[in-house]
Amino acid sequence: MRGAAALLAGLLFGIGLAISGMTSPDKVIGFLDITGAWDPSLAFVMGAGLLVAAPLFLIARRRGAALSGDALGEPAEQTIDAKLIGGSALFGLGWGVSGLCPGPALIDLFIQPVQAGAFCAAMIAGLLISRRD
Amino acid sequence: MAFDPASLIAPIVGGALIGLSAGVLRLGNGQIAGISGILRIGLRGPDRSWRPAFLLGVALAGLLAAWRGGPELAAGLERASLPVLVVAGLLVGVGTGLGNGCTSGHGICGLARFSKRSLVAVLTFMAVAVLTVLVRRAGGWL
Repeated sequence: MRGAAALLAGLLFGIGLAISGMTSPDKVIGFLDITGAWDPSLAFVMGAGLLVAAPLFLIARRRGAALSGDALGEPAEQTIDAKLIGGSALFGLGWGVSGLCPGPALIDLFIQPVQAGAFCAAMIAGLLISRRD
Repeated sequence: MAFDPASLIAPIVGGALIGLSAGVLRLGNGQIAGISGILRIGLRGPDRSWRPAFLLGVALAGLLAAWRGGPELAAGLERASLPVLVVAGLLVGVGTGLGNGCTSGHGICGLARFSKRSLVAVLTFMAVAVLTVLVRRAGGWL
């Protein structure tokens, strides 16, 4: 049951990414390029995502537990610190250089395997060296 | 700038599916659909129960995207240089590891649960990404 929900969530997530435009570096750079031929359409990805996710998250919070009976997982870290801001800044730099963030890079493995493979291998190495837990 | 409202259909439908996915995982299993965290923990353990299943779902979506969509889904990636992609991948990996989240974990799940921490993360990576593209444009590297 938990495995099926996770599989379904991964499938929906990946299909959503592929439809949204986030898997194209050209599209992402066009969104970030606010002084050029700015293409604001990707802002609607986050907007629509939040409109759908927020009520479901609220229902989960009201219930106090997931439908599976599991507790609602909380992030290990709760403070706003230099690690959060510095890490997010490094991520923003890599995102602005390549036009790729982690989810879309995984989808692109199946479309441009050489380029996406180079990015994903480095990203996974970076993830594994960034922390020990 | 010519603006075509029909160009918003794909981002809205795609975004809604991403939000639905995050909601399914949260309401169904109590978990956060953050790709960087799922990759980091799922590839190393110790929790091997649900993360590999999620990644399998993403891989099935990737196969579907390659089959039904084709190269234009990754438009621009074919021109990217491998050394630049490796450096960018390292920055994205280390950055999302230290910041404990990326566009999905902070941008969708974090904001959907009104986390102040995630708001700070999103504003930071958006600002730095916009600035990076600005510098690339000014330097003629775009």
